[in-house]
Amino acid sequence: MAMTARQRAKVSLYVQAGIFVVAVAALILATDWKTIGNSVFNFAKIGPMFPDIFLIGLKNTLIYTALGFIVGLSGGLLLALMKLSSFPLYRWIATGYIEFFRGIPALLVFIAFGYGVPLAFGVQWNVTIVVMISLGMVAAAYIAETLRAGLQAVPKGQLEAARSLGMPQWRAMVSIVIPQAFRIVLPPLTNEVILLTKDSSLIYVLGLTASQYELTKFGRDGISSLGAGLTPLLVAGAFYLVITIPLSLLARKFESRSARTKR
Amino acid sequence: MNDVENNARGTAVHAAGVSLKDLRKSYGSNEVLKGISLDVAPGEVVCLIGPSGSGKSTLLRCVNLLEQPNEGTIHVGGFEATDPDVDIDKMRRKVGMVFQQFNLFPHLNAQQNCTIAQTKVLKRSQGEADTVARANLERVGLGHLADRFPDQLSGGQQQRVAIARALSMDPQLMLFDEPTSALDPETVGDVLSVMRNLAKEGMTMLVVTHEMGFAREVADRVVFMDGGVVVEEGVAEQVISAPKQSRTKEFLKRVLDPTHIDISE
Repeated sequence: MAMTARQRAKVSLYVQAGIFVVAVAALILATDWKTIGNSVFNFAKIGPMFPDIFLIGLKNTLIYTALGFIVGLSGGLLLALMKLSSFPLYRWIATGYIEFFRGIPALLVFIAFGYGVPLAFGVQWNVTIVVMISLGMVAAAYIAETLRAGLQAVPKGQLEAARSLGMPQWRAMVSIVIPQAFRIVLPPLTNEVILLTKDSSLIYVLGLTASQYELTKFGRDGISSLGAGLTPLLVAGAFYLVITIPLSLLARKFESRSARTKR
Repeated sequence: MNDVENNARGTAVHAAGVSLKDLRKSYGSNEVLKGISLDVAPGEVVCLIGPSGSGKSTLLRCVNLLEQPNEGTIHVGGFEATDPDVDIDKMRRKVGMVFQQFNLFPHLNAQQNCTIAQTKVLKRSQGEADTVARANLERVGLGHLADRFPDQLSGGQQQRVAIARALSMDPQLMLFDEPTSALDPETVGDVLSVMRNLAKEGMTMLVVTHEMGFAREVADRVVFMDGGVVVEEGVAEQVISAPKQSRTKEFLKRVLDPTHIDISE
């Protein structure tokens, strides 16, 4: 009873699907749902988290991410242009900055700007400022590399055409090269925002007042105040997905659009 | 030959001349231009021909300083391009350039390609720039495609938009760097006919080309370059049909009859 190659592939597929179903069923049966319901995920404890998880947690996560992104994008653009500069000092500064901030954990940056710098210089920074600086400076390092690649991906002929029309270098960059580079980097830049959204949780190392909680801190706080096992943290996690999955879909859409126009 | 013709805006075109003196350009130890002197009178059409690597594109790109020559002087109209204090952007406004790869701005449509430098460099109002752009797109036969983006146009159409873009700055000199080399054969004719009309209107033109038919018909003069020097120059018909130098003869034989194989060579 010899099988053709197609039949063999079909049988193999059925066997794989069967193993998957059995494994999932075994996991479901072996789980102690009662314990999980009590100590890990308790539906009854979700209710009390609303509406504050929207009004405080989600709101602050979005605000911190946006602030970090604005600083990161401006700083990243500046660093990218410095890195492409013909003036060596600018290139060295940019390279040093990028390597430094990409090479250390973002958590250390938060601690440095949250405690170290204010202590050393005797300044009082509120949480918003610390988030802007810490998140923004780390983001700038990553975004700079993304933008540099985007700027270099714009064909040299574009700059030449712009200059041959009498545009000064800065004008050619602003009107011709940078707009094209942004189209190229839109998908990786969207991924950058996803990373930032998650990194905004690092603010937990600072002393926050309740109204400054973002999603993760809000969830951790809920564990102690509601006594609901991991429920608040899992709900907070779901809220991250509410932000990041649409962004991910957006990035994919940008990707397919640029693939279509680039011929 | 100080032609003054009407351009698309109905104002006078003042064609500018070019004067190159003992131009030298090296990349590292590789000397690409070995002392080139060339004069182009206002309104004159000069075609630069020669094998690839002969330095003709580099020479053309030196005229508007896309390449910086190491030695020699360049005069364009009233400007000395090689003067260290020259306002290069101001000079480039007078010099239109058309590239082999078109280099249209892909994020702008045909119309916007023709207006952006007008508004940002010449500080024309958007309305005035639109009128000029429209007239120049009509001039190259593409008025009906003004709102298309470059990727929605054929190669020949893109190159004609690129010509319209350059003309929208009211240049006094046009540089063409192998404008038809990247085109499908069936669209070459449209671009050449636009260039032919431009020549008739009295524009000063410096054209790097492999189109010998065009050179013979439209050029006032043909300059043959090889190995970074001008080997032969003269009236178009004479250089192409009855070249004096053996290198010119050999090049033309290959270009005009590419299937001819001389085994004894």
